[in-house]
Amino acid sequence: MGTDSDRIEKKILLRAPLERVWRAVSDSQEFGSWFGVEFNGAFAPGIPMKGKIVPTKADPEIAKTQEAYAGAVFDITVDRIEPERLISFRWHPFAVDPSVDYSTEPTTLIVFELEKNANGTWLTITESGFDHIPLARRAKAFTMNEQGWTAQARLIEKYLAHAV
Amino acid sequence: MPSSGAARSSKASAPVFAALGDETRLQLVSRLCEEGPLSIAKLTAGFDVSRQAITKHLHVLADAGLVRGTRDGRENVWALEPRRLEAARRHLDLISTQWDEALGRLKSLVER
Repeated sequence: MGTDSDRIEKKILLRAPLERVWRAVSDSQEFGSWFGVEFNGAFAPGIPMKGKIVPTKADPEIAKTQEAYAGAVFDITVDRIEPERLISFRWHPFAVDPSVDYSTEPTTLIVFELEKNANGTWLTITESGFDHIPLARRAKAFTMNEQGWTAQARLIEKYLAHAV
Repeated sequence: MPSSGAARSSKASAPVFAALGDETRLQLVSRLCEEGPLSIAKLTAGFDVSRQAITKHLHVLADAGLVRGTRDGRENVWALEPRRLEAARRHLDLISTQWDEALGRLKSLVER
């Protein structure tokens, strides 16, 4: 369990054809619609771009928790694209304070991997590199403003309700 | 889905983050991180704040279990409580929850 602090991994079976899932993760507009962000262009490897956090319209409750960061702009770069198999990104996690220049800080790597299955598509997401992010930065992003904290607290509350 | 053990640690981390939600206190923790245990005199030297104010901040951090004060002769020496900070790292669980929520939205989009 020692290396668990460095990465988050999620695997989910989506009951949709591979081509459909690929579009949802590789088309910047589609990506933005479920992630809750507006990108200033199409995904292309190695080209730095901007994402603006916008509350998702689909779920009013989730939209509320995202409101604290609505309008916040963050830097993101596509790392690699292997059509219908893999797309990866780099970004600065918790980089939501407009007064801070995060550009010299370490990034995390986010990898989306797709695999065809008889019932649909397996999607694996890995975000790694957290061990290099200074702890003070993590705590600060977390407590930056009352509103953000309230949103996070609501998230914890929900999280605890699920876990019991 | 996160385990209940992870959930407990998130709850336990909340006071830690509250204690760190202050510029001076964050700097105190950063300095103790980088320089190891420091006397109150040395800690105060790096700040534009009185020794009393620094002591007050250190007590807030101590109450959250983040630092520990010990007496070394006539001086108070402050050090980090690494185990508590380890617990703070667990807020990765929250990022993880955000991924769960985002994936739920992706699922409804592609399965529609």
